[in-house]
Amino acid sequence: MKRILGIFLLGTAPFTAHAVEYSVVQADKSSIQFQSKQMGVAVNGRFPKFSAQLAFDPAKPEASKVSFSIDIASIDAGSKDANDEVVGKQWFNAHAFPNASFTATSVKALGNGRYEVAGPLTIKGKTLPTVAPFTYKTEGANGLFNGTFTIKRLDYAIGDGPWADLSTVANEVQINFNVVASSLTSATTKTR
Amino acid sequence: MKRYTPAAIGLHWLIGIMILVSFGVGLYMTDLPFSPQKLKIFSWHKWAGVTIFMLVVVRCAWRLFNAAPPLPERTPPWQRRAATATHYLLYALMLVIPLSGWLMSSAKGFQTVYFGVLPIPDLLQKNADLGDILRNVHETLNWLLISIVVLHVGAALKHHFIDKDDVLRRMLPAKRQSIISPGDNTSS
Repeated sequence: MKRILGIFLLGTAPFTAHAVEYSVVQADKSSIQFQSKQMGVAVNGRFPKFSAQLAFDPAKPEASKVSFSIDIASIDAGSKDANDEVVGKQWFNAHAFPNASFTATSVKALGNGRYEVAGPLTIKGKTLPTVAPFTYKTEGANGLFNGTFTIKRLDYAIGDGPWADLSTVANEVQINFNVVASSLTSATTKTR
Repeated sequence: MKRYTPAAIGLHWLIGIMILVSFGVGLYMTDLPFSPQKLKIFSWHKWAGVTIFMLVVVRCAWRLFNAAPPLPERTPPWQRRAATATHYLLYALMLVIPLSGWLMSSAKGFQTVYFGVLPIPDLLQKNADLGDILRNVHETLNWLLISIVVLHVGAALKHHFIDKDDVLRRMLPAKRQSIISPGDNTSS
């Protein structure tokens, strides 16, 4: 699936023989985590199931294509109690809104290996413009992308009703994405 | 009658009340449905535990330098030994129970942040199985503590109502008149 998409991107993205374009996301090495604060206590969570499509050429970051789709029901919110609770209507309403998604509309270089991606982020059926800084570096044949940004959960109506009380669970939720991707060429040479 | 020092009396009753309230809250909160209220009560319980632990440390230090008043002379040796053992056990449980709660909380992935302001480091990494074990340890130790407290209270009441001695009264705050004993009056 990802390989097919990679080939698809190969057809659409400007491609030169010598450019390294990272387009094969390694799901097992990538992660999407978040940190919320409950009663002043940082609680870590993650979304173990997500798909990410990426086409990033460090020589032409502005031509990048980035999109994420997150399986909300896969959430690990830090405890079993919390996991059962947050898929419910007052939180993510995972039944009605099974996925959160992000599609980049622009990627720009900030210098020193730092970049900024912007685009609409959709959670629980609400779409808001989002900007996230990230760093890019290479490790062997892989490109490593790591970024952190903060959203306000009530902007997306995550945690309605009694949970809207921000003295218990803070509004700010920090989201961290860590994506490891290899280039299509190095991936095809490693074909099993 | 030789009383405990005012500091020892104050700490005894303060810690005693805090333990009983925290114990009741602990029993109540675990069965609550997941809600903001539950998160709040858990935090309050944890803050109370940290406070109790610190007060007990102060109390132990105080006790080291301020001996308890002696038991009535007619107290039989087995009762003296029982009283000593009970008191050691009470002090040990008062120190170990908050620690077990703190470790349980860490193992369950929730750091203890005193009053939501002062983070107390996690000694343990998140580990669900260990968290469940520590939860049982915390609960069992609490029931043991409450059993010992019942014994402790029973013994104090027995001294007061059956033996009619001063053992209970010397842990009560002194009334104004009795601070100045008749002996002091004549010597002044």
